[in-house]
Amino acid sequence: MTLINESVNRIEQRKKYCRFRKNGIKYIDYKDANFLLKFINEQGKILPRRLTGTSAKYQRKVSQAVKKARHLALLPYVADNLK
Amino acid sequence: MTGYHYETVFIINPVLSEKEAKDTVQKFKDVLTHQGADVYHTEEWGLKKLAYSIQHKNTGFYALMEFRGNKDSVKALEIEFRRDERVMRFLTTALDKYALEYNERRRRGEFNKGKDSATNPKSKKDESGEG
Repeated sequence: MTLINESVNRIEQRKKYCRFRKNGIKYIDYKDANFLLKFINEQGKILPRRLTGTSAKYQRKVSQAVKKARHLALLPYVADNLK
Repeated sequence: MTGYHYETVFIINPVLSEKEAKDTVQKFKDVLTHQGADVYHTEEWGLKKLAYSIQHKNTGFYALMEFRGNKDSVKALEIEFRRDERVMRFLTTALDKYALEYNERRRRGEFNKGKDSATNPKSKKDESGEG
């Protein structure tokens, strides 16, 4: 019996991917608040790239879209329990 | 016609009657037409709940205009927005080619999530897979 730790076989070690690149989405609509909900946490903060897997190019667009939506009161600036 | 494509969303005071709100939209459409811009699409989303209160109001009448014009027409429009106290909030965006393509498809109703967001907001909230 070896004492070397076996690598835990995590099924959840799937590689993250950018959903915009994968699906060929070129434009992120700031008017679509339901879609933007995927990129904010329940406090209304924008989720980081390391959690969503979005590429840098599209993360910029996501953050701009969220900020526009906030200005138009489609999304809150601060919230307690969004989800 | 030269110039860029723009779209503008604005929120009208909910205290006004339906007809007054519609007249307001028409007024801003006329402002643009008067400036020589071509308003090729308008949309009224109707009374929507705001995510936070603006001027102590929790609802607002949303309207969307898509137009093609020069930057002076945008300037004139925004001055008019600021003067008019019926307008609570506005946002004008220049559209790039991807946005134009998207709006074209949105107008045809290819994905109704954009249009339905006014009517059934909380339908696909839960399936937000970040994992």
